[in-house]
Amino acid sequence: MNTGNDGRFGPFGGRYIPETLMPAVKKLEVAYRDALGDPEFAAELHLLLADYAGRPTPLYFASRLSEEVGARVWLKREDLLHTGAHKINNTIGQALLARRMGKKRVIAETGAGQHGVATATVAAKFGMDCVVYMGEEDVARQQLNVFRMELLGAKVVPVSSGSRTLKDATNEAIRDWVTNVDDTFYIIGSVVGPHPYPSMVRDFHTVIGEEVREQMRDLGEDDPALLVACVGGGSNAIGFFHTWIDKGPRLLGVEAAGCGVETDAHAATLTAGTPGVLHGARSLLLQDDDGQVQLAHSISAGLDYPGVGPEHAWLLETGRAQYVAITDAQAVAAFQRLSEIEGIIPALESAHAIAQLYVLAEKGELRVDDRVVVCLSGRGDKDVASMAAYLESRES
Amino acid sequence: MSRIENALRASTRRPLVMPFVTAGYPEIAATADLVRAMVGAGADMIEIGMPFSDPLADGPTIQAASEVALGNGMTIAGVLDIVRDLRAGPSLDAVPILLMGYCNPLFRYGLDRFALNAAAAGVDGLIVPDLPPEEAGEYREACAAAGLSTVFLMAPNTPDDRVRAVDAASTHFSYCVSVTGVTGARGSLAASTVEFLERVAGLAEKPFVVGFGVKSAEQVRVLGPHAAGIVVGSALIDAMRQSSDPTSAVAELVSELSEAARERGLREVD
Ligand SMILES: Cc1ncc(COP(=O)(O)O)c(C=O)c1O
Repeated sequence: MNTGNDGRFGPFGGRYIPETLMPAVKKLEVAYRDALGDPEFAAELHLLLADYAGRPTPLYFASRLSEEVGARVWLKREDLLHTGAHKINNTIGQALLARRMGKKRVIAETGAGQHGVATATVAAKFGMDCVVYMGEEDVARQQLNVFRMELLGAKVVPVSSGSRTLKDATNEAIRDWVTNVDDTFYIIGSVVGPHPYPSMVRDFHTVIGEEVREQMRDLGEDDPALLVACVGGGSNAIGFFHTWIDKGPRLLGVEAAGCGVETDAHAATLTAGTPGVLHGARSLLLQDDDGQVQLAHSISAGLDYPGVGPEHAWLLETGRAQYVAITDAQAVAAFQRLSEIEGIIPALESAHAIAQLYVLAEKGELRVDDRVVVCLSGRGDKDVASMAAYLESRES
Repeated sequence: MSRIENALRASTRRPLVMPFVTAGYPEIAATADLVRAMVGAGADMIEIGMPFSDPLADGPTIQAASEVALGNGMTIAGVLDIVRDLRAGPSLDAVPILLMGYCNPLFRYGLDRFALNAAAAGVDGLIVPDLPPEEAGEYREACAAAGLSTVFLMAPNTPDDRVRAVDAASTHFSYCVSVTGVTGARGSLAASTVEFLERVAGLAEKPFVVGFGVKSAEQVRVLGPHAAGIVVGSALIDAMRQSSDPTSAVAELVSELSEAARERGLREVD
């Protein structure tokens, strides 16, 4: 299996970036390799993940959900982490690297605002200046997170170009980086971007799968038969899958089908995309016949992205993982149902993974003794307002 | 001798003026006229931008122009049509035309097919700002097979060994980005830009041009002695936007720039 150490996942990955950034990504790659070999870095990361972020996260046996879908379902509770999503695993790691490289200013892009909040949080903790780029549309639908970032001392810059969502926020963050490359560290929020980001961000999230394996053992259970995770850029999914990347459980990634993959309003890049280059890497992409990147759509801002990490494109091509898509309506139903039967309000992103369980159940693909683990990547507090609006508009 | 080689020979006497326009801005039908007007005003080489939905090396001016152009229905095939149209007239026979665009539309079109069709339409070279030499193997082969010149970029923070590699990957000349930053007219040039160009001069074997942020005759005078040519883009688009007669506005600015470039003293040989 290609691990991406050379920046390639089969034909995907690479560094399609302006020359100005080449020295920066090369320095980052060296600094990251160096940090990996430094026991002090590992120790500090471990300590912060434990005491600051709240690792390990519980592996919770969801009994009522299990009963409803007819399998044994555990939820990996990344939603219980500090700031409310898996994103903090990565931002702590990158902030430590930024400090190691002597950078005093960090920038980030954000969609749902979870990565922005996780970046603003570590910037506050490490005393770094922080600027977060966020599409205007996301600023409007994720007000709570905008306020949180500002409270944490970050500057939130609304981005009004293009589709005014995550894709354009990422463009703007890259432009900032090109301009301020000397003193600025770009904390990318998913397994996307030029090498070494897809491998590095993955590595910071592999703790998810590693913990699950240990926790299953502690429970006296065999390895899971099926892993399910939502895929936006793909960071929670890859961190969860990677422990078993060579063999083991069936790996199932769930994308956002928005209004349906047959419409032009979805974000199902792996299901419906074609090979192309976006934000510095070759992967799959939603694009038109002329190579212009298309607008994605999802009710969930964190999945509303027309690209996807190159390693997922490779896992799809090799057949090691499968990818499916869940519509807005299905995700909303799962969001409500998990709240009602487990007392857990999931992030809308994570609700896509939950919804897939119901699809599998309906198709008869689950058996009562199947061990299924779902990565519950985040909690739904941030989505309550947009859910209320959605439900209201559906009723009227 | 190719059009580019010919033009570069002139650059031993004076800096070349290389205006940039975004194809399809402000309208598709306007681009060919703008190019002819710029050539009439003294442009030595033309850069035509192929609009892309996600132009991450561009500042607000070219971003906005690209959005307008795409909204007008500009396509890659349409850009080649414009070049074909330009080459059909007489006045542009000797003027090199370079296309500048991001790599994704070219991959989508197919590199080999694009290079062949572009060369057949009368394009002389390509500039792809998000394709560094490391990723450019197939692209260089396709361009070489079609006889297109590849122009790679370097920036003030490009280390010496990479300057040599970029110089080697460029067919006839390279493109020095004047600042670490995106495109866009700036009030003043960084003092370090000249230092950067001097450093490149000590390392590169081929000529190089300079662009990003250049907008005035004064800047042409400052940079002229240190580069084979000077690219001006955002300033021209800004001039169009602020004028009711975009073609004259562009011609006026290009002729100011080319007069400055023709002043004596910008080349040591004078
Ligand atoms: C809770 C949550 N889950 C998932 C995602 C999607 O990102 P990724 O696919 O990188 O895990 C996001 C992104 O904002 C998120 O906030």
